[in-house]
Amino acid sequence: MEFFHDVNIDFLGKKWYFLAFSLIFSVAGVFSMLFWHGIPWGVDFRGGTLVYVKFSHTPDLQAVRAAMDRVGLHDPKIQTYDQPSLNEVLVDLDVRETNEAALDQGKNKIIQALETNIPTGKQDLNNASSLTIKNYLADKDPMHLGSDADQKYLAQAQAIVNYRDKTAGGVLTSLDQLKGAPGTDPATVATLNDGFYLSDFNVRNVEIVGPQVGGQLRRQAGLATLYSLAGMLIYLGFRFEWIYGVAAVITVFHDTLITLGAFSLLKEDVSLTVIAAILTLIGYSNNDTIVVFDRIRENIKLMRREKLSEIVNRSINQTLSRTILTAGLTFLTVLALFLFGGEVLRGFSLALVIGILIGTYSSIAIAAPILVAYQDWRIEKGRQLNLGSGAGKPDSKKQASGKPALSPAKAK
Amino acid sequence: MNKNFLTKIGAILAILIVFLYGIFGIPKSFSGDGLRTAVTDHIHLGLDLRGGTHLVLQVRVNDAVNVDAQNAIEVLKDQLHTKKIDYTDISQADPPIPGHPQSTPDRIVIKGVQASSRSDLLSIVSERLPEYDISGGADNTWNMAMKPSMLLDLKNKAVAQAIETIRNRIDALGVSEPTIQEHGLGQYQILVQLPGVDDPQRVKDIMQNTAMLEIKQMTDGPYPTEQAALQAKNGIIPADSLLMTGQCATGPEPTWCYVSRASAVRGKDLRSADPSTDQNGKPSVSFTLTGEGGQRFYSFTSAHVGDNLAVVLDNKVQEVAGIREAIRDRGEISGGAMNEQQAKDLSMILRSGALPAGIDYLEERTVGPSLGADSIRAGVRAAVVGMLAVLIFMLIYYRGAGINADIALILNLIILLGFMGFFEAVLTLPGIAGVILTVGMGVDSNVLIFERIREELRNGKTPPSAVDQGFSHAWITIVDTHVTTIVSAAILFIFGTGPVKGFATTLTFGLLANLFTAVFVSRVIFDWILSRKQRGEALSI
Repeated sequence: MEFFHDVNIDFLGKKWYFLAFSLIFSVAGVFSMLFWHGIPWGVDFRGGTLVYVKFSHTPDLQAVRAAMDRVGLHDPKIQTYDQPSLNEVLVDLDVRETNEAALDQGKNKIIQALETNIPTGKQDLNNASSLTIKNYLADKDPMHLGSDADQKYLAQAQAIVNYRDKTAGGVLTSLDQLKGAPGTDPATVATLNDGFYLSDFNVRNVEIVGPQVGGQLRRQAGLATLYSLAGMLIYLGFRFEWIYGVAAVITVFHDTLITLGAFSLLKEDVSLTVIAAILTLIGYSNNDTIVVFDRIRENIKLMRREKLSEIVNRSINQTLSRTILTAGLTFLTVLALFLFGGEVLRGFSLALVIGILIGTYSSIAIAAPILVAYQDWRIEKGRQLNLGSGAGKPDSKKQASGKPALSPAKAK
Repeated sequence: MNKNFLTKIGAILAILIVFLYGIFGIPKSFSGDGLRTAVTDHIHLGLDLRGGTHLVLQVRVNDAVNVDAQNAIEVLKDQLHTKKIDYTDISQADPPIPGHPQSTPDRIVIKGVQASSRSDLLSIVSERLPEYDISGGADNTWNMAMKPSMLLDLKNKAVAQAIETIRNRIDALGVSEPTIQEHGLGQYQILVQLPGVDDPQRVKDIMQNTAMLEIKQMTDGPYPTEQAALQAKNGIIPADSLLMTGQCATGPEPTWCYVSRASAVRGKDLRSADPSTDQNGKPSVSFTLTGEGGQRFYSFTSAHVGDNLAVVLDNKVQEVAGIREAIRDRGEISGGAMNEQQAKDLSMILRSGALPAGIDYLEERTVGPSLGADSIRAGVRAAVVGMLAVLIFMLIYYRGAGINADIALILNLIILLGFMGFFEAVLTLPGIAGVILTVGMGVDSNVLIFERIREELRNGKTPPSAVDQGFSHAWITIVDTHVTTIVSAAILFIFGTGPVKGFATTLTFGLLANLFTAVFVSRVIFDWILSRKQRGEALSI
């Protein structure tokens, strides 16, 4: 089976279309980042409080909002999270609700807002930690244990929490559910009724990032991206000629810009994992570019009489099959991640999905034309081309032995 | 089949077994459950998958510098006094004010020392306070500042000591497999990861407690309010006293009182602290003092029989008691509404030692175990789907050679997971994504090789020579592509934390393993296939 057999597409002839396409997308992204949505930094970078709440029933967002208003939270963002059938709500507070003295005050206010109609003297079992339950049990001593009661009640408490979180999905609707839960004692379960009640929600996940961390992380993310780009430039400059490195880095920068721009246009949070995906793309997008460059270098030695644009076109066509295949296979796995990897990884896999598409396109449409444009510019200025690798005659063994061909092409 | 070839097969099998051992160890049983526990014993799951609490703490290192500077001021005053050198004032240029962070707590200004005493002053500093530089002299004013290397050293020590203290406290709480380490690059931050802790509040309180225990003399009070206390002294706090709040009198309401600036006993004088009950049967903490501390406590109590002493914890009066007789080496902290748990925690905190500096929380993440379980399910589902898609595609597109690629890919995964087991690397949710991505990127190497072999075959080469050319041409490209991706991953590893670090780890291990499987193992399989074929027989690719 073979997808691309003997293709001969004039990619360089379409460079103005490519340029227009890239410009539209990067300019739209940059405009969105500058004037419209900005960069929608995730909580890691902007600071703030995210609380993921699971309800036992379909949550009424209006009611949740009203409850938040009552405890005086500054315009919280409230939205359903993941599939609606999971009854999950994400409450997003901005960084004003965190402060140095009490980082978690926003989280505590949210819980306070949601805990309505608390029966006097009772605690909420759906949001109780195993320690709270253990302390209660040790106090009541329903199993009439003498010594090492602490350990045994801790095990009981953990069994209850385990059942609530893993089997019941976080929210119990009735204390009767605990009857027969593995590892629990009937006497223990029976005594819970006196000290606990069940609210209709469970806090599944909390992320609180103070204001100092955000700035520090943004700086680090920017630096890491720059280091990555510099690393690529140095490595490719060393392995090929410097202009290849420059072309590859411009291409990757273009990919990064469009991916970030897409996040801004879509108003998707740029979280730490999204930055991780972008850094990975900086490395990975180069792969296709390297395959094309390798072939250009090889062909320059073989096709001495052809024009560079001819050679580049031929090289792209010769490697088109593997470019599409390698990118396509990676895309397949990334798509699986996007579709089945769950909500937590959504931003990450979205960045990879966009980035791999753009990266493949740009290694054909951006990187190679830069080489040709550079050569045209050099010729215009009356200088010689310096793109080749091996001096002398075509020598495939030299390449095979793995020695980088650093000497500039003198023969032309 | 030649000997060289058998050696290669042997090497591959040996590596397979070694890495399988890395994943499973020696499982107790080979049933599904047995294998599952074997895997979870060897592959460590990150907090985002198993649930737990992740905290980032900022150590207020300037606290430690501040203590050192105040100590230096005391030494200076004492020395100048003994050498009968006059001075008008010695104080910090940037004194601690509540609510305002200090920027240069190590700067000390000495005023009113005559130029004639210059050599004496310099020798005091160089002999007794060698960690400080002194300069100036104009207008009889001198400036002291800590030497930069000493300052850095002191701050780093404060962080190291804070880590040590926090580790002691967390160990005493019985949290299993905690991570406590310095975080960030020179920002004096500490990362604390507590698997399985779903309620961080108690741990946070315990960690944040500086546990600075002091026993002081209560000089005046109690007063019901701060105003009343100030009024009694006409608004001026005596130089040798401090105004503090807390349990200056029995009763639930906080009261105010004056205590001596000097402390008879400090936290480091403690030998042990244990929960106990006071004479009213209420929970309390009893402590014993070290020999030296006991000596000091004895001379203090014998000099102040009939006076009141105040037990001060973190600048709050915990308890006031009358000194009936000289006490040598034991005491008790009670008062307040301490419950049994709090008494237990307080004695543990006191045993673990004081924090050298205050800490603030910068970041707090709690992952509930139910979310972690969901994440594992989703991650594994995506991995299986992605992997199957790739395996099936390779079989369809490359037929015979597809089997070769699939074997290499599976071996790649085994080596990757085995690496994780051997290095005790942590598998996070992005780490699972890294595994999936390794599948996608790893198979690229096979594609590069196979496409090249096809091309060589089209150009009329015989299968053995096409395979040979395919591998040698693709090899250099594969190295290049791997290097660029690994460079990115390495930068990510340095820059990232927690989950992101897990991603960088799996991706790097995966791609390194890929160099071996896609190139070496694939080649051996090709050689084996070719050795069984007749000359000129076609290759399934």
